[in-house]
Amino acid sequence: MIIDGSETSLRKFLSDLPPVDQVGAEARAGMLATRSIKTTSKAWAIDMAISMVDLTTLEGADTPSKVKSLCAKAVRPDPTDLTVPSVGAICVYNDMVKIARTELDAIGGESIPVAAVATAFPSGRASLAVKKLDTQDAIDAGANEIDMVIDRGAFLSGKLYQVFEEIKVIKQICGDKAHLKVILETGELVTYDNVRKASYLAMLAGADFIKTSTGKVAPAATAPVVLVMLEAVRDYFTLTGKKIGVKPAGGIRTTKDAIKQLVLVKETAGEQWLTPDLFRIGASALLNDLLMQRMKLRTGHYASANYVTVD
Amino acid sequence: MSRIDINKTYKLFIGGAFPRSESGRVYEVKGSNKKFLANPALASRKDLRDAVVAAKSSQAGWAGATAFNRGQILYRIAEIMQGRSEQFTEEISALEGVTSKAAKLQVEEAIDTWVWYSGWCDKLSSVAGSQNQVSGPFYNFTTPESLGVVAIFAESKPSLLGAVRTLAPVLAGGNSAVLIASEAYPLPAITLGEVLATSDLPAGVVNILTGKTSELYPWVGSHMEIDGVDVAGLSKKQEEELKLVGADNLKRIARFSTINHPERILSFMEQKTIWHPIGI
Repeated sequence: MIIDGSETSLRKFLSDLPPVDQVGAEARAGMLATRSIKTTSKAWAIDMAISMVDLTTLEGADTPSKVKSLCAKAVRPDPTDLTVPSVGAICVYNDMVKIARTELDAIGGESIPVAAVATAFPSGRASLAVKKLDTQDAIDAGANEIDMVIDRGAFLSGKLYQVFEEIKVIKQICGDKAHLKVILETGELVTYDNVRKASYLAMLAGADFIKTSTGKVAPAATAPVVLVMLEAVRDYFTLTGKKIGVKPAGGIRTTKDAIKQLVLVKETAGEQWLTPDLFRIGASALLNDLLMQRMKLRTGHYASANYVTVD
Repeated sequence: MSRIDINKTYKLFIGGAFPRSESGRVYEVKGSNKKFLANPALASRKDLRDAVVAAKSSQAGWAGATAFNRGQILYRIAEIMQGRSEQFTEEISALEGVTSKAAKLQVEEAIDTWVWYSGWCDKLSSVAGSQNQVSGPFYNFTTPESLGVVAIFAESKPSLLGAVRTLAPVLAGGNSAVLIASEAYPLPAITLGEVLATSDLPAGVVNILTGKTSELYPWVGSHMEIDGVDVAGLSKKQEEELKLVGADNLKRIARFSTINHPERILSFMEQKTIWHPIGI
């Protein structure tokens, strides 16, 4: 253990973290974004990205039918082409978990996990008791993954131990029934130093994944932020031998964006992170663009949005 | 003290902005007297792709605007062109080698073309639509609806008028356009882009590319997101090839012999028929 679980040791560890070189991180992320990925590599990257998509619908207007059609899309993203892989997971609100799980099981998507956003998503403004119930409720409904939000207010006002304890409690509820993804909401953390700190805090508290954003706040998954988080999981692996996943979410809409993320992963955390077990992309519109680019590669001419589903 | 010339960089017009070609390429355009005029961008297929993305995303908003509003904006284009008529006149006479009088006439005709089509916007559905007699208690209407994204290969000469008379009817029908300017005479089309950018026309409704027609037309033909093509600036052979690849998504491919005619608008429109029960 690198900390003994006490507030003092946590504070010491986090305050000893080296600061992020802001200019360096932005330049590095910018440089990696210019890399050109073509032909067979692009085809591989598109399929990899599709299998990493956490197909998401988090709207107040979500209906059971919408979630069901999303499930169908998750299993067979392009019904006209059976070589397209299934997506990484479905990500919905608590009350849709059961509907999604039942539907996926009914249409051959047993292996696709259902992720639920819990702990008073997206603001995280609720008492711990409510957050615990929220999580338990999602797991009881059949969620395989819990996307919890941290209390940014507490984090920013320096109550790091409170945030740490909260994640620990939620992790206990998840147990071995559900993977825990911790949403840092980097758009509200202001600095890269805070992103690094929050990443370590989440990992030390038992997160299986660290996730950039809720998708409700802009900026969301910017490249330098993802870079800082990938560095954190890489260094955490060196320290502890434990592999933690990363999930950028929000603002990744095009195939180009997605491929840039894959380049970041390969060059920062390493090739072993290029798997849906350790890297996911939270998105909804992205999948259609990936499918259209795949069509373009297959047919040789530019595809039209008329040939993918309207979500 | 003599002043250094400030020459304009002729760039593309995509999504309301004026980017250079993503390929970084340019080509040389010479005037009628073989003197160098400008280095406009040499658009690649990826610029075409970007232009189509911009056109597609703006099309619903343009088609959804009221026909009256579209007419007003087309008229506004005429107004702004009027203010720039001298610039157009100079550009045309340097490029085509015509007298300034002839160039001025061409500019005026181009402006009048906008006015002519602006008037058609809110009259089209009355003239080309119909109320159909059916055997049953229903109203039955047919109205013209916009097609989508239309690509235009502008004629070479007259350079400005050739671009305007292909573009205006496409816009009047509520379509968005990707205009591929004439390879040899592209400059007035780019200046037209500067007019369009300041005429309340939503960004992306018109996108203008300069470059090699021979390089772009196969990609236009096979692009599944392009719904119609005006092949005014293509050769017969190129048109045939474009029709072959364009069959995949049933593109409307047209070449017009008339100058200003509502048929030019209607060729890039669909007819929608609506049944509505009487008494409700």
